[in-house]
Amino acid sequence: MSPREPLQVGRPEIRYDAAAKAAGTEPYAADLYPENLLWAGVVRAGVASGRLRSVETEAALAVPGVVRVLTAADVPGPNRHGIIHRDTPVLVDGRVRHAGDAVALVIAETHAALRQAIGRVRAEIEPLPAVFDPEAALGEDAPLVHEERPGNILLAAEIRKGAADQALAGCEVVVEGEFSTPMQAHIFLETENGVARLEGDGTVSMTVSSQSPFRDRFEVGAALDIPYDRIRIVAPSLGGGFGGKDGATVQCLLALAALHAGGRPVKMHWQREESMAAGYKRHPCRTRYRLGADRDGTLRALYCSLLYDTGAYAHLGGEVMELGMEHAGGPYRIPHVLIEGRCVYTNNPVAGAMRAFGVCQVAFAMESMLDQLAQRLGMDPLELRLRNTLVDGDVNCAGLPLTTSTGMVGCLEMLRDHPLWRERQAWKDGAPPHARRGVGLAAVFNAAGYGGKVRDAAIAKVELNPDGRIAIHNAVADMGQGNACGFVQMAGSILGQDADQLELRQPDTATAYPSGSASAGRTTYTFGNALIKACEELRQRLINRAGLLLFLDDDCDLRLVPGKVIHPPTDREVPLSRLAAFMPREDRVCISQFVAPVCRQVPDTATGFFIGFPHVIFAYGAHLARIEVDLRTGLIRIDDYVAATDGGAVLNPCLFDQQIQGGVAQGIGYALMEEVERREGCIQSESLATYLIPTAVDVPDILSCRLSGNEATGPFGLKGVGEVAMNGPLPAVANAVADACGIRLRRAPFTPERVLLALEEQA
Amino acid sequence: MKVRFELNEAPMEIDVAPDRRVVDLLREDLRLTGTKEGCGTGECGACTILVNGQTRLSCLMVAAQLDGARVTTVEGLAATTAGATIQRAFVEEGAVQCGFCIPGMEMAALALLRQGDAPGRECIREGLSGNLCRCTGYTKIVDAVERAGRDLHAGREEQ
Repeated sequence: MSPREPLQVGRPEIRYDAAAKAAGTEPYAADLYPENLLWAGVVRAGVASGRLRSVETEAALAVPGVVRVLTAADVPGPNRHGIIHRDTPVLVDGRVRHAGDAVALVIAETHAALRQAIGRVRAEIEPLPAVFDPEAALGEDAPLVHEERPGNILLAAEIRKGAADQALAGCEVVVEGEFSTPMQAHIFLETENGVARLEGDGTVSMTVSSQSPFRDRFEVGAALDIPYDRIRIVAPSLGGGFGGKDGATVQCLLALAALHAGGRPVKMHWQREESMAAGYKRHPCRTRYRLGADRDGTLRALYCSLLYDTGAYAHLGGEVMELGMEHAGGPYRIPHVLIEGRCVYTNNPVAGAMRAFGVCQVAFAMESMLDQLAQRLGMDPLELRLRNTLVDGDVNCAGLPLTTSTGMVGCLEMLRDHPLWRERQAWKDGAPPHARRGVGLAAVFNAAGYGGKVRDAAIAKVELNPDGRIAIHNAVADMGQGNACGFVQMAGSILGQDADQLELRQPDTATAYPSGSASAGRTTYTFGNALIKACEELRQRLINRAGLLLFLDDDCDLRLVPGKVIHPPTDREVPLSRLAAFMPREDRVCISQFVAPVCRQVPDTATGFFIGFPHVIFAYGAHLARIEVDLRTGLIRIDDYVAATDGGAVLNPCLFDQQIQGGVAQGIGYALMEEVERREGCIQSESLATYLIPTAVDVPDILSCRLSGNEATGPFGLKGVGEVAMNGPLPAVANAVADACGIRLRRAPFTPERVLLALEEQA
Repeated sequence: MKVRFELNEAPMEIDVAPDRRVVDLLREDLRLTGTKEGCGTGECGACTILVNGQTRLSCLMVAAQLDGARVTTVEGLAATTAGATIQRAFVEEGAVQCGFCIPGMEMAALALLRQGDAPGRECIREGLSGNLCRCTGYTKIVDAVERAGRDLHAGREEQ
């Protein structure tokens, strides 16, 4: 038998969870069917704006197997949830603001009875004027989605650096454009679900597919007036999240159901159509850009105006827009910048967090502008970018001096030297007669962390189990991105252990410590930093206690290896199981915390911002798409895709590439096909037959190039890379289409119809 | 009604409503939760199982259709050479992220690889095009199936 090797950072260690997932044994929340369970389901408003006059429940209650039909009158507490603004009713108690609003909650013995009863609840809703267009929502006569919100404005803010108006007037070259991006759906394969139960001691305990178990306690507790210490949330591996499970989905409803289920477990699992109707979405966005430069390509001034449609409730809409504003000028040096942002309420479905949180909308516009400028100047688009790219010490468009690792140049240089870029002309010349080929670039970045004025912190706990294995109490959910695997790898590396010797426990508010949400590219970074400290403390302690057991007067020759502490000079060892028996519980647990760095000298460029500005750490990426446009059908096929990424040091190359490839594929869907279609605020593309995402034949092999860097503040030098890749495909494809056909597509997604229309207009 | 079928090479007899969806029969009644449900309308492929060796969507089948059939779910994969080879390739090639699509993907891969020679990447992409994945961008999944195909082909050559 070969000697056991400890895990090491930097190596492509196999994900600890892969075997169970491949065997179908990984327990997701959706896989729970406890004995004696009840089913809960929601009656949705079905109309986008109105006043709920009454809910007729008798017919539903008459369905055999129906246990309860709950309405707002049954909700204890304020009946409002939300992350920043508590504005979302658990069950509507007056105003209906979007078609997915919950008006009643049914509890039944079987799923079949539940479906039948939901169809029999009659909600009388008096229609009220509605607004669906974000620009119309700003109009003086527009109906107000929230009476207390004049102009339907959730947040209006500005970033002003230098004097953009004057500078633009004096620029030798100015390009401009208006862009529009669609509402995108997350389409995690495991739709929103969970199981809750009222315990004998009055605790509501819940296992739920959630990215934010600790924050869920606050949302549930505040909405239903339950003390936080009476709420327990467990978040097993998620079947995808992408931001859509950041914040309460089923949680408040399930807790409410549990309060009325007599101690029986209650399961709620949204069907795909309900997930489309009631789940959070990516903000549709309209942008107007003017970019000015010198004739030599030096960027001088930028003006842009951003309009985000947040739908019926705030969720994280203001923060999404703020992050978009912070990134609106791209990864470039521009001395004069004016960015205006407005995030407005409409009666559309609720928009919230989604991978690249407000940034992919502006990356589309800005990177399209760069190519327009390059074309106007007759410059190579890659050289134009390199000329203006941010480097260490520069001040970014939001006014922040860059003090952390800034690898944008390195990413662009990787593309410049890549054969797919260098040999592009020959490839383009090989297009078949009915098609045109083009190559497009995008330089993108994405902040990590919550940003200013929000504590971005984690508390890690590691524990030597009685059996000698070491448990890592993960406290930030793993939605599939593999942070938990990264934690196992970090712990193994520090503690000298292999995967068999480590046990990963997924978040449980009863046993782990508050560590924030799995979001914002902060998951591995923030918790990882806390975990390193906890593991180092445990290592010292295990060595010290082993020295005690071995009667050594000096610990310096003791070493941790898989399963034991060894003392090579005397050829003695202490198995960890023996050490565990020797140590009392409190001695076997190490807990440590980390608070992410924030900017201490906040630039005075931003006004109207609430929280989350500025950020100090960014991941960077340079993307290249080679595409072919079929002139007969308008279909865009992506033949090759390269993403060069600066994510600091690489903890695990395989996990790194997974994030990049997945982000690119989601971005390709955003570029080519994904749009949540609505009519009068009701979703028309409610199934996966009408809302299309890329299949295996719609994306090429995606090549991930890793720039090996080092982020001094990061755990083992890393930065989060979960989001940055999402930003590249839409602009890279737009630029490739312009390169191929000379048409500038400004409205995503680029469906064949839109491509054909643009080709016709050009002709 | 009584439904008799072969489930992962073991005889199974169950008393069940004839219109019970097979995905519910497997997951809820038999606690074989490896088979996932992602849409309920036959679009995502997460609930793919093999019925008499052919891929079938268990969310679109009812219990009565299983009578007399030979059924393979992800829980039965490891017991077969091809299934174990596919699972190993998915694990080692980094094809697994959130993992929710993986059981269905593996079933589709098994049906594809049983067709004979080690398939090329385009053929693999076609073969998996009924199974949606939102995490991976498919590159590593294709890597895994390509490798499993090679490994199985090499294994057959040796015999």
